Amino acid sequence: MSEPRTDAKICGMGHSMKRKEDPRFIRGQGRYIDDHVLPGMLYMDIVRSPHAHAKIKKINTAKALKIPGVLAVIDGPTLAKYNLHWMPTISGDTQMVLPIDEVMYQAQEVCAVIATERYIAADGVDAVEVEYEPLPVMVDPHKSLAPGAPVLRKDKEGKKDNLAFHWQAGDKADAERALAASDVVISENVYLPRIHVASMETCGCIADFDTAQGKLTVYMTTQAPHAVRTVLALVAGHVGLSEEKIRVVSPDIGGGFGGKVPVYPGYVVAIAASVVIGKPVKWIEDRMENLQADSFARDYHMKVELGAKRDGTMTSLKIKTVADHGYSNASANPSKFPAGLFSICTGSYDLKHAFCEVDAAYTHKPPGGVAYRCSFRVTEAVHAIERATDALAQKLNMDPAELRMKNFIKPEQFPYKSVLGWEYDSGNYGAALKKAMDIIGYDALRREQAEKRKKGELMGIGISSFTEIVGAGPSRDFDILGIKMFDSAEIRVHPTGKAIARFGTKSQGQGHETTYAQIVAEELGIPAAHVQVEEGDTDTAPYGLGTYASRSTPTSGAAAALASRKIRDKARKIAAHLLEVSEQDLEWEPGKFFVKGAPQMAKTIQECAFAAYTNHPQGMEAGLEAVHYYDPPNLTFPFGSYICVVDIDRGTGDVKVRRFVAVDDCGNIINPMIVDGQIHGGLTQGIGPALYEEISYDDEGNISGGSFLDYYVPTALETPKWETDKTITPSPHHPLGAKGVGESATVGAPPAIANAVVDALRHLGVTHLDIPITPEKVWTILKNKGVAE
Amino acid sequence: MIPAAFDYHRADTLDEALKLLKKHGDDAKVLSGGMSLLPMLKLRLASFAHLVDINRVPGLDYIKEEKGTLRIGAMTRQAALERSDVIKSKYPILADAVPLIADPLVRNRGTIGGNVANGDPGNDQPAIMIALGATFIVRGAKERSVAANQFYKGLYDTALARSEILTEIRIPVPPLKSGGAYTKLKRKTGDFAVAAAAVQLTLGKYGAVERAGIALTNAGLTPIEAVDAAKYLVGKMPDEKTIAEAAKMAAAKSAPSADRRGSVEYKKEMARVLTARALHKAVQRAGGS
Ligand SMILES: Cc1cc2nc3c(=O)[nH]c(=O)nc-3n(C[C@H](O)[C@H](O)[C@H](O)COP(=O)(O)OP(=O)(O)OC[C@H]3O[C@@H](n4cnc5c(N)ncnc54)[C@H](O)[C@@H]3O)c2cc1C
Repeated sequence: MSEPRTDAKICGMGHSMKRKEDPRFIRGQGRYIDDHVLPGMLYMDIVRSPHAHAKIKKINTAKALKIPGVLAVIDGPTLAKYNLHWMPTISGDTQMVLPIDEVMYQAQEVCAVIATERYIAADGVDAVEVEYEPLPVMVDPHKSLAPGAPVLRKDKEGKKDNLAFHWQAGDKADAERALAASDVVISENVYLPRIHVASMETCGCIADFDTAQGKLTVYMTTQAPHAVRTVLALVAGHVGLSEEKIRVVSPDIGGGFGGKVPVYPGYVVAIAASVVIGKPVKWIEDRMENLQADSFARDYHMKVELGAKRDGTMTSLKIKTVADHGYSNASANPSKFPAGLFSICTGSYDLKHAFCEVDAAYTHKPPGGVAYRCSFRVTEAVHAIERATDALAQKLNMDPAELRMKNFIKPEQFPYKSVLGWEYDSGNYGAALKKAMDIIGYDALRREQAEKRKKGELMGIGISSFTEIVGAGPSRDFDILGIKMFDSAEIRVHPTGKAIARFGTKSQGQGHETTYAQIVAEELGIPAAHVQVEEGDTDTAPYGLGTYASRSTPTSGAAAALASRKIRDKARKIAAHLLEVSEQDLEWEPGKFFVKGAPQMAKTIQECAFAAYTNHPQGMEAGLEAVHYYDPPNLTFPFGSYICVVDIDRGTGDVKVRRFVAVDDCGNIINPMIVDGQIHGGLTQGIGPALYEEISYDDEGNISGGSFLDYYVPTALETPKWETDKTITPSPHHPLGAKGVGESATVGAPPAIANAVVDALRHLGVTHLDIPITPEKVWTILKNKGVAE
Repeated sequence: MIPAAFDYHRADTLDEALKLLKKHGDDAKVLSGGMSLLPMLKLRLASFAHLVDINRVPGLDYIKEEKGTLRIGAMTRQAALERSDVIKSKYPILADAVPLIADPLVRNRGTIGGNVANGDPGNDQPAIMIALGATFIVRGAKERSVAANQFYKGLYDTALARSEILTEIRIPVPPLKSGGAYTKLKRKTGDFAVAAAAVQLTLGKYGAVERAGIALTNAGLTPIEAVDAAKYLVGKMPDEKTIAEAAKMAAAKSAPSADRRGSVEYKKEMARVLTARALHKAVQRAGGS
């Protein structure tokens, strides 16, 4: 589907409607968490550990408590009185809220100061004196997993090693046999460093406990408000919080990217403080706290082996990963998938043999593994297979585009059952790559490269033909802490034909207020402008698991369509009643029912809505509304092919992305402009890790990259002009034929860039470079090969 | 990122500002663009009981050429330098550099006076001022002038006394057959230099170098003046080999430290590469070949 079915007034699917949320965002009238002020509100600030591992000998709060306006200092022993000093993580591990006697990572919360003003709270933090006794630090996940390593999680009874979990998929012996029988095998160690979501808005909340009603309202930057409510009810039931008396409100969010799925200690402390003090307590992280303490992603050490026949036919893939989870496995993965959907690692290729495994290690770092703009470890999987594919092409001396074309799953093979157990819904990988090659002028670029190489100039062309797996459920496989991963829509049509639609998801900038309105418009013919979309308030929105993993359109978007269809069914009955014909005699076109063969006899959806409240048929319930909880039968598998051209400065090693063509396929498109925006943003968040961003730790566990002085997030000036285009291969099982698209570009872009840089250096014998590809990394190669300026 | 408490004073005249500085002594600090001072306060890396804001002091914001001297008022914003026709036409070293300083938002606030007075080796203007042979006019109890290459003593340590205010920068108008260039490598917009080189040259009648100023940014605790390299160039034809040798001599003077931007070895090499590139550009702009 490429032409819209509705006119511009209705603005259903396929219209580039301007985003309904933008007038308030552009005018600075968004209401983010820190814009909220409640009467009598107190402020919380957090004392954090300078050590990665230390014994807390003493916390001296006397000086802090002397500052006028400092009301309390809350520490681990305070919380222990209420048994709130530990909490479960979404991945079923445990995590300290505040420590009793030992800190396990730098920037860990040690205690919290509650004060009447934000500035006074900060002064209080400055005045708290903590005595530490530094202890040995474990930063290397390989050493942590080695036999005899000191056990980090001594709190876990009987724990004798530092393995957070082991997970695997596929038949190991079979994959190894097939590798051994291959004509060529490449093997590369591919590391995806620790990075940070670095959303514009940091994390924060206002906890407001109403002592008279016993009701807790938490305004919170969360991507999954309902899940948070249920978890709060489950973990704080013993202090009297029960689910009907908990309201979580997620206001406008300035970027989440997975970092706002977990529940961090600060939230819990603020809630405890409000419950104990009986006043609203606001806690907002500052930028450095955000960069140093939470929202970390990746940190995957992968050994990738890929085999092929001499003619380039891929035979077998084997990946062994050591995952650095930091001090706790606090990532937000579905229960049955501790390594997320990493087993999508066979990618776009028809591989008959594959095996992958992940060993997750505890280290003295903050909890990591957030699914940063990625449907649970898909970025890692795609990077592994796309890098390996290029390394294989190099070894076979084959063009990387040709090798991909040869091994793609063919259109006629869909639905395709992958050897690691997924059923890909639809795809046409060759078409996307061909289109990208045509747009960029692939053959001419290869000729230019050959010319340049003769002159000693360094230019590279990189391809990434990724396949994503997004939109969790289905609920038979997917749950978080037991809650099934369906999602919901609730639509009410008002008497005048306007509507309000509420969802279990939560936009963080994705444009749900527009996209969902367009889906309702498509299905009901009510102009999108007349559909008010609301999310994020657990007192009003239907239950749902929230927005991450590109799941909103696959789940709540589908629910919106199906709830609309329920409404349409009822409207049809009303129309039949009004027109005094039978339902079967009515035909629908967006916005109205008309009598077959007599189109002048018609009732608009607005007329039906009015009648639903003023003149509904005898025996029919009044009103026009519907709820749908959508449990997807499968995930959706968006894909695309990206091609990028880089030039390398031989003097400095600096990499410049000259061109970047992105051809995406996310099935049927609801709002092309929003999809384009998602791709632009995602590509920018792809160039970031590829060339700039990294968080690392020295041997003492001190962070590097913990402020914007050295965590290099690209700006508009670092980004090339993105050249986007699309192919459309609808999802066969989604009611609208749509697939998720929020994360494709973040996932697909880094290997395209890495492949381009390696391609530029290929003739020097380079087969792999870990990201971020810094100027110094490139320069070191140039120097060692004797070709630096 | 919440600063400790301070008192804020807004001076309406230079004398008032000087009086306030004198009164509060070491507890006071001048606030101009605030783009270096405020981050330090916010991060609580520094704290001062009194800030003396000189943004409303009249007569400190100008760019003018007079009697063979370019005079720039200390409160001139980087953005004003970026737009200035005088700078664009005659001072390519500044025209190169200013758009590479920080980002547009910071340049709208940040002043040239603050940039040179700050004493951070990451600042770009100090090396440029040294290469240009600039002089800083300083007002305290009385007025005095300090040569740019005598101004920097150590990390955040300059020839300025706490009670003094830098009011003007004086740059000799470059004679004919002069050219300058600034080359900077940075990780991204808004980042300080991995390495950067400032070069200002004047060529003689037959194309040999008559005067050379070379200085490096972020290559040590202070801006580094490459005196030997400049001396070496004088009297020589600036050919490929001579430039390469001078660049090597300049880089030998650099003493950077390792950080996220790169290792010591890399930074020293970049000082060489960037000095060579700046020299080439400067020669070309001076009308040499
Ligand atoms: C994100 C970011 C990136 C940056 N990147 C760069 C960069 O790439 N290159 C670069 O050069 N700079 C960079 N800076 C710093 C910026 O250029 C500052 O503007 C400059 O360093 C200080 O100028 P200011 O007017 O803001 O001074 P302020 O911050 O107000 O003051 C700086 C210091 O100078 C003193 N001072 C200021 N004016 C006077 C005066 N007239 N007399 C005496 N003392 C005075 C102050 O007391 C203070 O100690 C960056 C800043 C930021 C925030």
